[in-house]
Amino acid sequence: MNIGPTPSLVPLLALITGWMGLGVAGLVRPHSVGVVARLIFPLGAVVALAVGLIGLGALLPGARPQVLVLPLGLPDLPFHVRLDPLAGFFLLLLGAAGAGISFFAAGYFRAGQGTAPGLLCLQYHVFLASMAMVVLADDAYLFMVAWETMALSSYFLVTTQHRIPEIRRAGFLYLLIAHVGAIGILLSFGVLQGGSWQFTFDAMRGQSLGPARASIAFLLALGGFGAKAGLVPMHVWLPEAHPAAPSPVSALMSGVMLKTAVYGFLRVTLDLLHTDQWWWGGVALGIGLGTALFGAVFAAVQTDMKRLLAYSSIENVGLIFTALGLALLFHSFGLQLFAALALSAALIHALNHALFKSLLFLATGSVLHATGERNLGKLGGLIRRMPWVAAMALVGTLAIAGLPPLNGFVSEWLLLQAFLSTPRIPKAFVNMLIPLGAAALALTVALAGYVMVKFYGVIFLGQPREPALAKAHPAGWLERIGLTWLALLCVVLGAFPRLLLDAAAPVTGTLVGATVHRGRATWAIAPIAPEQASYSGLLFLAGILGVVGFTFLAVRRIYHGRVRRTAPWDCGYPWQTPRMQDTAEGFGQPIRHIFGSAFRIERELPSPWDTSPRYRIQIEDRLWRALYLPLGRAVQRLADLVAVVQGGRLSVYLLYAFLTLIALLVFVL
Amino acid sequence: MPAPTLTAQLLNGFAAGLLLISFSMLSQRRTRGLIELFAWQGAILFASTSLVAYSAGLRHLWYSAALTLILKVFLLPLILLRLVQRLQAQWDTEPLINIPTTMLLGVGLVIFAFGLAQPISALATTITRNTLGIALAIILLAFLMMITRRNAVSQVVGFLSMENGLFFAATSATYGMPMVVELGVALDVLVGVLVLGIFFFQIREQFDSLDLQNLESLKED
Amino acid sequence: MNPFAVARQVGAVLLSIALAPLFMGWVAQCRAWLQNRSAPPLFLPFRMLRKLFWKDAVLAEHASALFRSTPYVLFGTMVLAAAIIPSVVLDLPFVLVADAIALVGLFATARVFIALAAMDVGTAFGTMGARREMMIGFLAEPALLMVFFNAFLISGSTALPSIAGRLAAPPFVVYPSLAFAGVAFVMVLLAENARIPIDNPATHLELTMIHEAMVLEYSARHLALVEWASGLKLFNYACIGFALFVPWGLASQHARPGTLVLAVLALLLKLAVAGAALALVETVSAKLRIFRAPEFLAMAFLLAVLGLLVHLLLGA
Repeated sequence: MNIGPTPSLVPLLALITGWMGLGVAGLVRPHSVGVVARLIFPLGAVVALAVGLIGLGALLPGARPQVLVLPLGLPDLPFHVRLDPLAGFFLLLLGAAGAGISFFAAGYFRAGQGTAPGLLCLQYHVFLASMAMVVLADDAYLFMVAWETMALSSYFLVTTQHRIPEIRRAGFLYLLIAHVGAIGILLSFGVLQGGSWQFTFDAMRGQSLGPARASIAFLLALGGFGAKAGLVPMHVWLPEAHPAAPSPVSALMSGVMLKTAVYGFLRVTLDLLHTDQWWWGGVALGIGLGTALFGAVFAAVQTDMKRLLAYSSIENVGLIFTALGLALLFHSFGLQLFAALALSAALIHALNHALFKSLLFLATGSVLHATGERNLGKLGGLIRRMPWVAAMALVGTLAIAGLPPLNGFVSEWLLLQAFLSTPRIPKAFVNMLIPLGAAALALTVALAGYVMVKFYGVIFLGQPREPALAKAHPAGWLERIGLTWLALLCVVLGAFPRLLLDAAAPVTGTLVGATVHRGRATWAIAPIAPEQASYSGLLFLAGILGVVGFTFLAVRRIYHGRVRRTAPWDCGYPWQTPRMQDTAEGFGQPIRHIFGSAFRIERELPSPWDTSPRYRIQIEDRLWRALYLPLGRAVQRLADLVAVVQGGRLSVYLLYAFLTLIALLVFVL
Repeated sequence: MPAPTLTAQLLNGFAAGLLLISFSMLSQRRTRGLIELFAWQGAILFASTSLVAYSAGLRHLWYSAALTLILKVFLLPLILLRLVQRLQAQWDTEPLINIPTTMLLGVGLVIFAFGLAQPISALATTITRNTLGIALAIILLAFLMMITRRNAVSQVVGFLSMENGLFFAATSATYGMPMVVELGVALDVLVGVLVLGIFFFQIREQFDSLDLQNLESLKED
Repeated sequence: MNPFAVARQVGAVLLSIALAPLFMGWVAQCRAWLQNRSAPPLFLPFRMLRKLFWKDAVLAEHASALFRSTPYVLFGTMVLAAAIIPSVVLDLPFVLVADAIALVGLFATARVFIALAAMDVGTAFGTMGARREMMIGFLAEPALLMVFFNAFLISGSTALPSIAGRLAAPPFVVYPSLAFAGVAFVMVLLAENARIPIDNPATHLELTMIHEAMVLEYSARHLALVEWASGLKLFNYACIGFALFVPWGLASQHARPGTLVLAVLALLLKLAVAGAALALVETVSAKLRIFRAPEFLAMAFLLAVLGLLVHLLLGA
């Protein structure tokens, strides 16, 4: 254990304390929106930027890991904190996304939503601080304390509008599954300490567990962190909690909190455990692919814009775990270069997802602010009323669909390149099954494009489906700053993918012991070899813009630019209304038809003789009925059995106390 | 890896063609199309057996190839086509599970067959040992077709295709079966088709259709 | 960077842009001949483009900037794709910028933009066309990726010029996995370019349209650019097919002008044969019901996957 100098760790801890201080400062004038929102949140955004920069500093070539022991915590287990490249990467993620979200939140929160703005400010900043502490923790106790704080503060944030019963229910489900996951993580740490009863991560690194124990620790970690990340089948809280929370909180949860689970999984499997079982990677890969496909298919049939984004988050988390599984697989066979490639893909996708998912959630926040509608069937045509939000949302949509030259494409390209290298794996059945994983990955990516076209097209394009939408107002300047910051990062990181690879390189170096090749040119990336595959985001973007611009100018110069406006083509039927556009259900109908057996569909069709025909369709998750309701009923029955103990009569309780006293006397004497 | 010889390339090509035909049979809805595909399968089998006979210099394989040509390319398809015409069973009813799912199952079976065949291929000494996995896959795919089809004629074509796969497996692993066995199998297949043809007429008379689900109503309740 | 290579690259791209409408005209001629009709002139698409560019653009009342800029974006993406695909020369300096996977991403970008533009107008036809196009696209894109995966396994690279170079080099080997990939590729080509059996490019009935429904609202120079981009897309797909399956005749790095002329002639010959074959396939097939189209594409996808498995088993 090297206790070297800590030049950046101390300022970092000061910044985190500053966050908590800002949160408490919000309580001074709890009901004043002006002070809390316009003053404190922007300060919080600046702190986030500083945190991100310190995280970036830990990724620079000369940086060494910094360790510190704080005078807090238990008597024989004080808080250990550690800033190494892995922590630095996730701090960078937290800072970059958090800055944009905090700026947006400064312009977003209004009074009268159920919780006072000051209280909201406290919960929000404690949430941010706890996520930073999770990433920095170097012993199991601080990790669990920070993890629980994160869960609790986000619970309160989710139930901001606690007067509405559905939101309370969503919060309860979220807290329940978060705690089930926390138990898994705790048990995993318990197995990891391997009998030494030392709970610092350094001690766990030194342990060498047998294959059985290591596998148990791995499975517990996968289950525990998977519950927080939203892997199937523990995903049911995501589509409930993300729509229930206010939009900046949804952005923070979806963009950053899910990634802390990814961080935890990476820390446990690659840092604390020493992987030597190939099937760990296979399990993670399989669960990741299943989750990704599940999320994409369900996102395609949603009618609530935030639920759609929640399922899309499930899909992206599945993609990240697919990449992680691939990295573990390569690592266990000793193919370290390809493990580094897959791991880079996972890390970069985590960062990209934080940026574009937050952007999209914030855009839906603006839409909700302006129109009061979450239902896709009542939106439409907002590109004319809110052009700035629409433009930023377009950048986010293109990025999440994985289209070049934005940043989403870079991580998908890297992941596909990693899959292309799988036939090298020396094990017989495995090297045949994994290329099929590439096929499933390609399907998921294509389906994500479908979902995002539906999302953007139904909300922003077309004609307004409700007359009230004509009163929608554009977003305020603080909201625009937040959106623009995130969109700008998407474009810049897409044009300079070298930055992303360089940020991930120190992390892969420490975790798997190899980095992808840097390539000769600075404007292109060629992770394996330039002859095999090469990509340049900057030249791609320049190429497209160049050709488009040239064509436009050429057409205008040679011909003309005259335009006439008229009504659209109606095929001879002039009574078309805006309601005759595709609804959200309509746009998702091909997916519902092709993947019908994946859903549980309840349909109510009108008959030809109905005077006022109604069509109703309800699409549900099969896992809810098949897994969770029976589980809930079993728990209820068990609880009823145990409740017999609570007789209600005073004499019975006194009897219990008496029996316990007798038992203790017998034991001790 | 040095480039494979011309013979090996052609054999690989034939094997791939057989696999392609088996897969196309899974997705084919028209009965007439199924029979045509079966005839093509027999033709490729003939070409492949002839090539092995030529390059390995085995005379008994020439006889097998000739038998395959006469029986599976001309005689059996003709019998089946005439049956189909007289029964007027041009179209198949919808299969039990829809076609994309059937094809996904097919791919799964192919992986299974390939994985199984790899250690066995290492033991064989023929020039066609790599194609053992494909032969196994053809057998399994034909079986899948028999399970998921409802039309009686489709099931017969599946049965015959399975026999094709078996023959191909024998050729690729051990340069064919003893002549007695081959003649016996060929005779069995021919007689089987004739008997099944009679059965088709009986089924149609009884139920007025060739949908085999009707046979379930014969069960005593 | 070699200036001659850049000049050859630019020349190849310009040649592609010029040949694309000619290819469309040739396919239309072959179709007419096969259907026993008198054929339209070969250079009709050029005249149509010229006519369209001079017209006044008529836009729907509430069409947004996205709608107006999409034709330029489409044209730009297809031109960029032409810069990545080797049609005449093998050494393309632009290959350092994008490989086959980026090419698939480029096609996806074009598809997303045209679907969004179709939804922009807000009529039932546009959204229907967008929905159908995305349904076809989400199945065709993985199939195309799997075809490239097959090519990668054989040639060890995802850059199209490298693939073409490796496959064209002696000795001549027949790869069964490439045969599977070839069948899958042809099916994807028919689907993505809106040909029978997926879509009828000459239909006038809105309820049967997929691609045409999305461009229903475009007119004048916008329509010209969209049509040119569609022609260029078909040309690009044909050139991808040539690079993967018929890679001989491409001029290599140290080519003299004579070899370049030969390469252009080879390309014209390949295009003529491909156009006739395409017309033949269109004439003998019937258009599928819309919900048989996913089955068609699922077949293509699974064939490409089978090709992968065959390669892993046979080592070929």
